[in-house]
Amino acid sequence: MATSTGVSARESKHASKPVVDLVAATVRFCGDSGDGMQLAGNQFTNTSALAGNDIATFPDFPAEIRAPRGTKAGVSGFQIHFAAKEIFTPGDQVDALVAMNPAALVTNLGDLVRGGILVVNKDAFDDKGLKQAGYEESPLEDRTLSAYQVFPVEITRLTRLAVEELGLGVKEADRCRNFYAMGLVFWLYDRSLEPTLRYIEAKFGKRPEVAEANRRALRAGYNYGETTEAFASQFRVHKAELAPGTYRNIMGNEATAYGLITASIRSKCELFLGSYPITPASDILHELSRHKNFNVRTFQAEDEIAAVTAAIGASFGGAMAVTTSSGPGIALKQEGIGLAVMTELPLLIINVQRGGPSTGLPTKTEQADLLQAVCGRNGECPVPVIAARSPADCFDVVQEAWRIATRYMTPVFVLSDGYIANGSEPWKIPDVKAMPPLEIKHPSPLTNGEEFHPYQRDERLARPWALPGTPGLMHRIGGLEKQDITGNVNYEPANHQHMVDLRARKVANIAQDIPPQVVSGPPRGKLLVLSWGGTYGACATAASEVQAQGGSVAHAHLRYLNPFPANLGEILHRYEKVLIPELNRGQLRLLVRGEFLVDAAGLNKVQGKPFSVFEVVDKINELLR
Amino acid sequence: MSTDTSLPVLTPNDFASDQDVRWCPGCGDYSILAQMKKILPSLGVPREKMVFVSGIGCSSRFPYYMNTYGIHSIHGRAPAVATGLKASRPDLTVWVITGDGDGLSIGGNHLMHAIRRNLDVNVVLFNNRIYGLTKGQYSPTSPLGKVTKSTPMGAIDNPLHPLSIAIGCEGTFVARSIDTNIKHLGMVLKRAAEHRGTSFIEVYQNCNVFNDGAFEYATDRETKADTTIELEHGKPLIFGKNRDKGIRLNGMNPEIVELGKGISEDDLLFHDEQAPEPSLAYLLSRMTYPEFPEPIGVFRAVDRPMYDELLNAQIAEAKKTRGEGDLNKLFRAGDTWVVE
Repeated sequence: MATSTGVSARESKHASKPVVDLVAATVRFCGDSGDGMQLAGNQFTNTSALAGNDIATFPDFPAEIRAPRGTKAGVSGFQIHFAAKEIFTPGDQVDALVAMNPAALVTNLGDLVRGGILVVNKDAFDDKGLKQAGYEESPLEDRTLSAYQVFPVEITRLTRLAVEELGLGVKEADRCRNFYAMGLVFWLYDRSLEPTLRYIEAKFGKRPEVAEANRRALRAGYNYGETTEAFASQFRVHKAELAPGTYRNIMGNEATAYGLITASIRSKCELFLGSYPITPASDILHELSRHKNFNVRTFQAEDEIAAVTAAIGASFGGAMAVTTSSGPGIALKQEGIGLAVMTELPLLIINVQRGGPSTGLPTKTEQADLLQAVCGRNGECPVPVIAARSPADCFDVVQEAWRIATRYMTPVFVLSDGYIANGSEPWKIPDVKAMPPLEIKHPSPLTNGEEFHPYQRDERLARPWALPGTPGLMHRIGGLEKQDITGNVNYEPANHQHMVDLRARKVANIAQDIPPQVVSGPPRGKLLVLSWGGTYGACATAASEVQAQGGSVAHAHLRYLNPFPANLGEILHRYEKVLIPELNRGQLRLLVRGEFLVDAAGLNKVQGKPFSVFEVVDKINELLR
Repeated sequence: MSTDTSLPVLTPNDFASDQDVRWCPGCGDYSILAQMKKILPSLGVPREKMVFVSGIGCSSRFPYYMNTYGIHSIHGRAPAVATGLKASRPDLTVWVITGDGDGLSIGGNHLMHAIRRNLDVNVVLFNNRIYGLTKGQYSPTSPLGKVTKSTPMGAIDNPLHPLSIAIGCEGTFVARSIDTNIKHLGMVLKRAAEHRGTSFIEVYQNCNVFNDGAFEYATDRETKADTTIELEHGKPLIFGKNRDKGIRLNGMNPEIVELGKGISEDDLLFHDEQAPEPSLAYLLSRMTYPEFPEPIGVFRAVDRPMYDELLNAQIAEAKKTRGEGDLNKLFRAGDTWVVE
């Protein structure tokens, strides 16, 4: 067999088996963390995106880098929801589950829909594997799996057979098993092998024998589906009707990095990132570090405090200053953020939230840092807070954050979360030429001996961003209370009151400079679902499902959490009940109750997992009853 | 005569801000401020290109008194603030003003990393061996047994040697001076300013309110010739009122010897601030009163690539090899598809 790219999508035209059309399907690959399940998931995602589906993904990896092989602690999974219509979540339940070992099966089976397809690597169901998963008897032998369509495939043996001629060691041959599994699932959903073959060439081209082994394993898996009697039919999910344009697949952290670079270019302000590695935010640091040709300076600091304070130093010098982290790191940065509030310097603080408190659940998602963002500093210390709702939305949110930071001379919090950061969706590539510039003004030199006032404010109450190097504007700023206008240190009681009020008013006024809150569904009525951040997909889908069943429910999703949009209070009072679903114990609910005196109900979950659509639907129906 | 007519000739007074200096009367900080203002005009850097960055403590009020740009940041973090500033604005001359508590206790981590990165900034650590602003607790340089408000039975933490730390952190310029020794202090500040890379200067500074006389041994006219020793590059280590004593190496250890009686200058330890290995500088940093005279001057001055220079060289290199960043290319780097 040649090393040419070989198999193509056209193969399916010769398919001998019937093809069943589906509107949507959800597939999950799961196995040991060394089994390459994230790679399999990513390849299936890209292939489905290229096939024109709408997609939403949910990678779920263990906290341990490499837990002991075959144990439940080491199970890694990747879920892809792909559809011929617009979708917003990675799917509540999976239609097809690929389990590479018993531990993966036992930890993931609960999410497989009854009657769903279950492909297992039969070779991994030996005594040791079963024992590690806690099975007394093989579930392949008893009636444990009778509710599913089970396909035990000797993936290990067949993969070794496929690559036999290449003379690889057993270890290397077994590393191709994920490609075999991919090939099989690609056949099952009538997917082209082309993108994965291209990936193999790009990734392993320098090691031809490994590249060839992966190609052979991929094709062997595909052919297994095609030729064996086991599978009766194939499935097909047609293109989704997305808005015209050029698309690519994008992950949340990637979109954040791209958004930052874009904001830097739009504002002609060179990007400085101060960051300290932390899960799940590190990928933003990694991505930005690769793009130095955009005048991006990344500084891996000695700790979280240095990361934020270095960014503040860069901001004083005129850079687009950013710091990225997750909950525990943000806690360490808070004193620094207070300094940015006091010195009124623009700064972006990006918090990719994870399960807390303390070290908590590093690889799992949660929304429990909202109060930390809004209230987490000493003193009266207002900071604007905005949140991304999906992976691609991170691109827009960070640019909006930078607009606010520079117009109002303030640090701005951007909230993402582990679910958004590692999830992916199709992204319509924006027209770069159509992006308006973000205007930033710096005061000009004063050469006539005139006095410069660093705390003299404009109509938005923003102070001037005077850059070192500008003659005549020498000034000193710091964490001590400032005298209005002059910026000199001042401890007078009336001045402190005035300055605290000014800083609060400046941030509150941003409400006039952001779009009014929109609502989807009835403009008034029985129930409003109010959500924020990464729960957008589940809440929007749930609300529209209930609406389709005739339920009177509306949905509003908040991007701006401090200040709230100016019309939010008025909206809330148009509904008999308000439901706020959150992956915390009710933090937005506390803020909304406090600010608007609305007795909102909560749907709260902290299990390290996003909401399932049905959980939100059930709660909506309960409140509508 | 200078051919550069664009720079006005500045005087020390041009560097004074309009703020009243509010250190306690008699504080050693006044002298350091005065010497700083005195040497700055000689650097040929316009005031608007200078930034003073500080943390928290008495010394950290320093930027408010300078007519330059300045940030009075938060406790211990001045080296990190300066790192972000200098890395993104290599055109600026950046000074960090810190103290023994700010720099070695709460901010020890940042100081250590700024020094090892060898960023082109000048760090002046005012060492008064006490917490002054918080009114008299012991500091990381207070001696064992020091009785303070927080150590009524005497301090039990072993003190740090600031210069040993700077040298241990691969410092490229490490020096010490004394607040009252104004000529020497001016010389050291100027040399620090001229050094490319992180310059670390410890200044013995008297806190006349909470720790008066902590350095009396080194400042008293009667004793200072015997309790301090001035380092000069390439010269033997000689001290004493009559310059009749010297430091000799005995194996790995320094010892005090008397000149004459068969011992000549050639037998003494010669100072080499440019030694590639920091061992000699470290040995000098460990010489403490009363066993030894304490060295003042430049312990170490060597060349090493600077963080800010390397960072910006990588930016230039990336642009050279990959071209100016192009958003369109960036967005379309992987697989894309078109929806009609």
